[in-house]
Amino acid sequence: MSKKHYFDPEDLKKFGNIGDWQKPLADKFFSWYGDVMAEGALSEREKALIALAVAHTVQCPYCIDAYTSTCFEKGADEEQMMEAVHVAAAIKAGSSLVNSVQMMNHAKEITM
Amino acid sequence: MSIHQKIKSLAARHSALADTFFQLKVLNGKELTDARFPAFRESIKQAGFTDGTIRPTRIEIFQMNVGKLCNQTCAHCHVDAGPDRKAENMTRETFELCLDVLARCDIPTVDITGGAPEMNPNFRWFVEECRKLGKHIIDRCNLTIIVANKKYHDLPDFFAENKVEVVSSLPHYSALRTDAQRGDGVFEDSIKALQMLNAVGYAQDGTDLKLNLVYNPTGTFLPGHQASLEADFKRQLKRKFDIDFNHLYAITNMPISRFLDYLLEGGHYESYMQSLLDSFNPGAVAGVMCRNTISVSYEGDLYDCDFNQMLDLKVAGPKTHLRDFDFSALEQRDIVLNQHCYGCTAGAGSSCGGQVA
Repeated sequence: MSKKHYFDPEDLKKFGNIGDWQKPLADKFFSWYGDVMAEGALSEREKALIALAVAHTVQCPYCIDAYTSTCFEKGADEEQMMEAVHVAAAIKAGSSLVNSVQMMNHAKEITM
Repeated sequence: MSIHQKIKSLAARHSALADTFFQLKVLNGKELTDARFPAFRESIKQAGFTDGTIRPTRIEIFQMNVGKLCNQTCAHCHVDAGPDRKAENMTRETFELCLDVLARCDIPTVDITGGAPEMNPNFRWFVEECRKLGKHIIDRCNLTIIVANKKYHDLPDFFAENKVEVVSSLPHYSALRTDAQRGDGVFEDSIKALQMLNAVGYAQDGTDLKLNLVYNPTGTFLPGHQASLEADFKRQLKRKFDIDFNHLYAITNMPISRFLDYLLEGGHYESYMQSLLDSFNPGAVAGVMCRNTISVSYEGDLYDCDFNQMLDLKVAGPKTHLRDFDFSALEQRDIVLNQHCYGCTAGAGSSCGGQVA
């Protein structure tokens, strides 16, 4: 292990360095990423809120920092940001709970 | 609801930053300017201003800062305005000097700012005089002054009668964001004031009364796209409070005065300057407001913009006061530049009329 901890906020600034080892793919990724986040049918603010919610479900500390800042830049406020995280959390909780139907099905199969 | 201020002015706190010399020392700190933040002059060369100077296009806006007195003490204020700044207010004599210049020079727009300019006892008389001269008048109104005291309740009618364009700060359509920057209770009073302005015809179909809002980021981040923010503000203010406005101006916070204090206190100064430099947009340089504006202080001194005024960087040349106002010489001047100018060239650029690129 190169450091005594896994996540360093300074590393976020080095994201572009992924191109050092595979430039064509990195170029494609960053170009596509930029297009995805640009204003379209959804506003930049709406996209930033979706990104913030997803950042929480994938539990990426870099993305959480980055999209907290981006949400403010794009005009979101704390209430909108917390609602977005609740949406992510509700889907995560719901996806755990809905799987209990499988548990119930199987339980019924193997019991008298 | 009355306003509760979260902070005091730098002057009231006897902060070192109340001294413009100290602010310039921070902005020009040798360690940072040499290693990481090139001089603004060097950066504009790549924008086609190859001799490192910017000159005016034409003076179209006569912007007057009529005083530092204000009923609010906003956290980001570049003027260091507040209720304690009673001494710094434009006198009748200086207003008259302004009228002399406006009468003899073809400058179509008078842009009045402060402080809360309406608190200056000469404000209404001066607006009426400018109207007689046929000038387009802009008042930079903090909104809450309209409901702060009975004597200001009729300001919307006064603005309407004199066809004053009202430009008002509202950093967000949420109370939390707005009050964090401007003081507790400011949002509620601002909403009331906006409704009063709409009620007399501002931003309503069939009138030519213009009401524009100013968005300043409420933290260490830069503003997003103006058109996108404007669309959100329009939808939310209409939905929540039935408020209409014409345009939203997204303005970047300059790293001076109280915003500089906020950056230094929180340890954000270097990262904020870095974000301004990283976002430097050569395409924004040609549209900076100092090229079509002359800024006048409450004492009648002349500056390239309100920010230079607050750093006490007077216009270049021997004639730096209203008494010696020389229109053609001013149009030939070199604009005084410093490191804070990166604030006007970041991203889509920034000016008193919003983004420029």
